[in-house]
Amino acid sequence: MIRLEAVSKTYPGTEVPAVEALDLEIPEGEILVLVGPSGCGKSTTLRLINRMIEPTGGRIIFDGEDVTSVNPDHLRRRIGYVIQQIGLFPHQTIAQNIATVPKLLGWDKQQIPRRVDELMDMVGLDPSLYRDRYPKELSGGQAQRVGVARALGADPAVLLMDEPFGAIDPITRDRLQNEFLRLQEELQKTIVFVTHDIDEAIKMGDRIAILRERSHIAQFDTPERILAFPVDDFVRDFIGDGSTLKGLVFERVRDLDLDDDYPVVHASDDRAMARQTLDASDERWLLVLDDEDRPVRWVNDGHLARTDVPLTELGPPVVATVAPQATLHDALEEMLLSNAGQACVVDGQGRFQGIVDIDTLAQVLRRLRASAKKHYDDLAATEGS
Amino acid sequence: MIVGFIGGLLEGLDTLWDGLWRLPGVAFDPSSYSSFWDYLTDREGIDEVLSITVEHGKLVLTAMAFGVVIGLTLGILIHRVTTLRAPVLGLLGILLTLPSLALFAVFVPIVGIGDTGPIIALSMYALLPITRNTVTGLEEVDRAVVESAKGMGLSPMQRLVRVELPLAWPVILTGIRVSTLLATGIAAIAVLVGGTGLGVYIQEGLTRYPLPNSVEAIWIAVVFTVGLALTFDLCFALLRKFTTSKGLQS
Repeated sequence: MIRLEAVSKTYPGTEVPAVEALDLEIPEGEILVLVGPSGCGKSTTLRLINRMIEPTGGRIIFDGEDVTSVNPDHLRRRIGYVIQQIGLFPHQTIAQNIATVPKLLGWDKQQIPRRVDELMDMVGLDPSLYRDRYPKELSGGQAQRVGVARALGADPAVLLMDEPFGAIDPITRDRLQNEFLRLQEELQKTIVFVTHDIDEAIKMGDRIAILRERSHIAQFDTPERILAFPVDDFVRDFIGDGSTLKGLVFERVRDLDLDDDYPVVHASDDRAMARQTLDASDERWLLVLDDEDRPVRWVNDGHLARTDVPLTELGPPVVATVAPQATLHDALEEMLLSNAGQACVVDGQGRFQGIVDIDTLAQVLRRLRASAKKHYDDLAATEGS
Repeated sequence: MIVGFIGGLLEGLDTLWDGLWRLPGVAFDPSSYSSFWDYLTDREGIDEVLSITVEHGKLVLTAMAFGVVIGLTLGILIHRVTTLRAPVLGLLGILLTLPSLALFAVFVPIVGIGDTGPIIALSMYALLPITRNTVTGLEEVDRAVVESAKGMGLSPMQRLVRVELPLAWPVILTGIRVSTLLATGIAAIAVLVGGTGLGVYIQEGLTRYPLPNSVEAIWIAVVFTVGLALTFDLCFALLRKFTTSKGLQS
């Protein structure tokens, strides 16, 4: 859809190029995040795509067409553009702002108001309430919703976003990111998203390009693989400590090989059977389930010795449970909360499915790292041959 | 010599003080008002004065029309071509320092007597406030707004007409307002080069001074020029209200 071929930009009066011979293929229908330290040229790279900055070398291919020297205004009408400062037209109403590009493209007069209402609904602003308001009456979060709606005005296939949520308070930013991801699931736009925040990159990106100075690509891959296997020290430093923990966000409990032969006993079972089950296993703790298979208590050897209390009232209660759709990050959090150092996986009805513990997580991480490494080894092998 | 200078200064202050001291006497003397009123209604006739006031206004507005067109164009030009900014504004500043009577007279050999010379001169005076405010107004437009307009594919002309000028408009209008008030005052000199306007009453009064009714004639020029200026000012306030987007009003 969009391809940069050896694109470079050297500003007049400088020797060192801001962007040097960049080859970049932007995957269609995905969010590609350009991330890197400040001054790495990520913003310049983004602005080269819609020629807000004119490249000094190379070619930009859009939809199979070389757009390096077409009329830049016509090119920009086909590409949505969202910037951090938003830049809404203060003298126009919200509806007029959103209608900007459809009007430029000469859309039918009856069609435009309908499109405006549709877009406002899409970004979660009630048209009847906000249509005729002016930008100064909006909060930062609302203004950026309008910014996104305006960029989507004429339904462009491509959206360029330059730190769109950078100036918004953390709570609102989180909400906007989530809403935007949900919107993207529906829209399937080709999006290039610039940020300096690796966490935002991991959250938003289907693919991440980590850039170093002069917009050289240090690593280009899915967030999972980048976290599991940073290719060099630059990437490792940039993603920072705790990348392993961050990687746990991408794995789900349901994809795990659950330890389902964990020793369990039902509340209705008698003591002798409970003791036998515990003795037969390597585990120190026995999980007590109620009649509907819901985990209720953890019991150990010492607890079982007390015969005056029923099983359902022995031992510490089960507090750590996770659903199959939870991420391993959630599971880890639950594990840390539980006093048994492990979390019970339960289905929608609360029925016991299995146990995750720290060993399960360690295995997953080892597997992720191994498969990412293999991916890069294979890549090196095919390039070598 | 220094003593002489100080003596002259003291004498001047004395005269000034004397004049100021007499002003309240004139201002609070009912007879001076009635003689002004009698002169206005009986000798000149209010219709005549009003028609000359309208002439005065026309002279100012004609000059302003040229001033606005040239000033806006210059302002937009030097906003884009920043290297021209200092020289152009400097030149326009010099124009404003030229003595008005001289500037009016300079055009007599070229365009003859009448309103043409004054119109040219008044347009020249109008240029600085309009041009400077156009540049300032355009300069104050939020860069992010222009950037986003560009990013959406508005051509340079569309950006100027649909975004930059509407946003700079309140500041530009203030420049036009200042120029108009300035021109309304200066236009009273037009009569000296054969033009029209309320200056005729000043000329008449000065020629006949201190004969009866000469001061009254001068007061007519003063009162109606001020009235005309206030009317213009009111019009600008209304114009500003109705031509500025609600999104820009606080």
